[in-house]
Amino acid sequence: MNNFAYQQVDKPKDATAILRDDKQAAFIAGGTTLLDLMKSNIEQHSQLVDINLLPFKGIEQTSDGLRIGALERMSDVGESRLIVEQYPAISESLLLAASPQLRNMASIGGNLLQRTRCGYFRDPAFPCNKRVPGSGCPAQTGDNHNLAILGVSDSCIANSNPGDLAVALIALDAVLTLENAKGKQRRVPLNSFYLLPGKTPHKENVLEPGELIVAVTVPAAAHARRSTYLKVRERTSYAYALASAAVGLDVQGGTIRSARVALGSVGAQPWRSPEAEKVLTGAPATEATFRAAAAAALRGAQPREHNRYKVELAQNTLVRALTNLTSA
Amino acid sequence: MDIEPTFFDSPGAGGIVGQPLDRVDGRDKVTGKARYAAEFPLPGLVYGVLRTSEIAKGKITRIDTAAAVKEPGVIAIFTHENLPKLAKTPNTPEGKKAIGAPMGFLPLTGNEIHYANQPVAVVVADTFERATHAASLVKVSYEQAQPIASFLDPKAEIFDPQKVQDGKTDGHTRRGNPKSALAASPIQLKATYTHAINNHNPMEPGSTTAHWEAADRVTVYESTQGVTRTQQALSEMLGLPRDQVRVITKYIGGGFGCKGSCWPHTPLTVLAAKAIGRPVKLVLTRPQMFTSMGHREDQTQTLTLGATKEGKLTALIHEKTSTTSPWDNYAESNSKIIDLLYECPNFEATYQLARANVMTSTFMRAPGEAPGSFAIECSMDDLAAQLGMDPIQLRLLNYAEKDPSTGKPWSSKSLKQCYARGAELFGWSKRNPKAGATRDGKYLVGMGMATASYPVHNSQGTARVRLYADGHAVVQSGATDLGTGTYTVMTQVAADSLGLTVDKVRFELGDTRLPTAPNSGGSVAAGTVSSSIYMAAQDVWQKLTKLAVQDKRSPLYRAKPEEVTNEKGRLILKNDKSKGEDFAALMKRLELTDIEGTGNGKYGAGYESGMAASAADSGHKDDAGQHSMHSFGTHFCEVRVDPELGTVRVSRWVSVHAAGRILNAKTARSQIIGGSIFGIGSALMEQTVRDDHFARYTNASLADYHIPVNADIPEMTVEFIDEHDPYINAMGVKGIGEISMVGVAAAVANAVFHATGKRIRSLPITPEKVLNAGIAS
Repeated sequence: MNNFAYQQVDKPKDATAILRDDKQAAFIAGGTTLLDLMKSNIEQHSQLVDINLLPFKGIEQTSDGLRIGALERMSDVGESRLIVEQYPAISESLLLAASPQLRNMASIGGNLLQRTRCGYFRDPAFPCNKRVPGSGCPAQTGDNHNLAILGVSDSCIANSNPGDLAVALIALDAVLTLENAKGKQRRVPLNSFYLLPGKTPHKENVLEPGELIVAVTVPAAAHARRSTYLKVRERTSYAYALASAAVGLDVQGGTIRSARVALGSVGAQPWRSPEAEKVLTGAPATEATFRAAAAAALRGAQPREHNRYKVELAQNTLVRALTNLTSA
Repeated sequence: MDIEPTFFDSPGAGGIVGQPLDRVDGRDKVTGKARYAAEFPLPGLVYGVLRTSEIAKGKITRIDTAAAVKEPGVIAIFTHENLPKLAKTPNTPEGKKAIGAPMGFLPLTGNEIHYANQPVAVVVADTFERATHAASLVKVSYEQAQPIASFLDPKAEIFDPQKVQDGKTDGHTRRGNPKSALAASPIQLKATYTHAINNHNPMEPGSTTAHWEAADRVTVYESTQGVTRTQQALSEMLGLPRDQVRVITKYIGGGFGCKGSCWPHTPLTVLAAKAIGRPVKLVLTRPQMFTSMGHREDQTQTLTLGATKEGKLTALIHEKTSTTSPWDNYAESNSKIIDLLYECPNFEATYQLARANVMTSTFMRAPGEAPGSFAIECSMDDLAAQLGMDPIQLRLLNYAEKDPSTGKPWSSKSLKQCYARGAELFGWSKRNPKAGATRDGKYLVGMGMATASYPVHNSQGTARVRLYADGHAVVQSGATDLGTGTYTVMTQVAADSLGLTVDKVRFELGDTRLPTAPNSGGSVAAGTVSSSIYMAAQDVWQKLTKLAVQDKRSPLYRAKPEEVTNEKGRLILKNDKSKGEDFAALMKRLELTDIEGTGNGKYGAGYESGMAASAADSGHKDDAGQHSMHSFGTHFCEVRVDPELGTVRVSRWVSVHAAGRILNAKTARSQIIGGSIFGIGSALMEQTVRDDHFARYTNASLADYHIPVNADIPEMTVEFIDEHDPYINAMGVKGIGEISMVGVAAAVANAVFHATGKRIRSLPITPEKVLNAGIAS
């Protein structure tokens, strides 16, 4: 870890201005991902701008859905009654993530900006196109057992955001409110916020320098009320997913009226599957439908040597999540 | 000594040994008063940080420290170009042997790089943070070569070593004529088992704090399983007499074998402290722990088993291939347990090694017995399935009434009782004999069991007891408490031996100034140290008896010493217990403030074999003497396998062991639970992944190297069979540190087989392997 300056700000403008002027500065909220990256010398920042005093708080029901301030903590959001009842997939994704200690610290905005657990990215002694553009990607032929199989490229097969929350949010059409150094706000659907690696895996999202995540909004919907998140991992708690699925269904009279499907840990980014949703919508809520949807979701998979099992695992995870949802 | 210490089953004579006494050090630990090795505040203490190599093979062509030395607070930077020389290094076979070093190479003695994250510089600064930052500024240029990552590397050269395990195990052994016996066997099973690299990952990382009190006198606070071994290693390396090297370890937060030897960071810290003339503390980081203190090697073992149609073993042929470092022929001795677990007249074991650019592997909890038991116990399960026989029945059919590897009788063996009690506690009779036939909703349910065994290793120790006339005692032995309860159990032993309550006894350990004790490793500490203390207490009683029978004012005046015994702190006549006196009365009358006794607890010096027949004196190996000495046990496991998601969760667990006298029911239970969880980790999730091309680990962190969490572990049932062994040592204690994990992985794998009908022979059994086994279809 390098030496850095630290300051706390209480106005968004002050925060964004510092980062606009100093490209090496970074925001810090919970610090649960940033400090790890700095200790490993993966990120080296000149200064940290503590944004915990910014007014990005609140877990509120709005006229058309849910609004979560970016500085709310994972634990508070996960345990919020509103979210448990109206957006269960979001609550479950949060409470299955990390550990209670980390959830008490980590902010929602920070969670959405966590970075890959790819072992080649996490150790500066390895080449890594994401960390050092053009240096190579040993994961293509190396230890890729928990890396992505969808949306990957020859430059990078990392699951860029390995967390859980983004999967649930992407499934439920979440939109981010961002604010830049000019004080201007814009709204970006989470599903277009993340970038696929292509030839530029170091570009992970559409944030401008200094831009802050202010809030996350999620539209209310029948498929949000009836939603769930399933996570498969190598141990029962405190592990990143090998595969996960966030699903939401509106089933009426045995027929699926609307469906939302996203997969975690198998995509280069949290992976919304319109293909699976298309199969599900209008079809009977049966295992055959779920299997067909799962097959559609994984059709474009490009597994490597050690993550081939994920093609089957992701399908089974999705089928199980849909089954859990409709049998409950 | 010719009688069994009787306080075990006669509460009237003390009765503290064996009781589930709470840890005597518990309060100090939870309040922070207990000082671990890196917690000794010394005047002028500064901080050392290792800067390690990015590459796994090559040469350092240049080290540029210019930027680093300019950083505020930096005191010195040591590299191979300026590190002071040692009197001896492990870099030659003779040096390694004299030092007792685990690896035949000390970093910073030359410019060659042999493994990834090899230390290339020690940066010393006034704070840990400044040293850490400066270390990141040391620029190293290399002439890089292509490393070999493992024995599986196509470029690796497999060879047949004469010896493995640092010379302790033959590279090839044979008993009978296994090949022809196998050829004549109606049943022949051959199976190959593979094991991932495992790292010990104790909660407390390795650390060294070196304080030179004079130019030729150093005190080292070290996180080690044995102060004596560290002292020996450092005195050889530094060329100092042993009494000028003091090593202190009051508490350690686990070791599991990785703290059983003196690893490179220790002499590097000691040299740095000497060179700068200030005490230096160096604590390994968690990632450094994966490459600084050994690991369990990646290995494959093939076990071929021959049996009669009835299931009697006729031949066992074991072949192991594993990765070792560029300098050492280290391999766990898997074959030893396979050689003796069952009656089998023909046996052969072969070890093969390949050198790779890795650090030396080392002993890790149940070294050899853990992976060896995985192979034999899975193969026995296969044999039972093939015969349609109950797995316990098959084991009873092949029960070894004496040690097949030596032909000697066991000093004690209560394995049949372990099977019976374990089966009863577990409900084994309810198991459906058919594999893959038990379902609970979406889960496949399976039950498996396995046998455990671990040798009582040859060791000896010493202890000192000082009994005060005011009724308290200070008891000392240079042992280590791994966190398993040594402080507590030794306090219990001393209290009972002296007829005192535990609050009147203070037990001190972890200092080379105390009487020498062996490493806390190989499960020897409990037996050796407790026997030493017991013997030291007997020495005190003998001295007091001598005084009493010569003192006219004593009720025992003119009694023959051999007619006098002691009970609850009183000297009494054996045949008239009413005649006698308290030790305190005697000592006060004689104006003695205190009296000292010393004791030497030895392997093989049990109450039946007597001191004269002690094996430890003659320097014999573990199988010396008339008996083969082992603890035995069994594990029972129930798993729930989700065939579609590939997850395996242990849902029930029963362990029953017989390991001689159990010193504390509570700490012993905890230790069996801990070892079983350790084994479950190796069975289901633990693996250090080494990249094939870079020979560098890709998951050196506790976020990515998974060990079990609470949610992975069910309620565990642990019992011990009451076992009295008159031969092993004065206290009849066999030790339980390692047997707790022997057979665990096999019990889990056998349960997975029973659940699914598929045999997974590769550890750990991750969702990936379960899915690839094709169970769901």
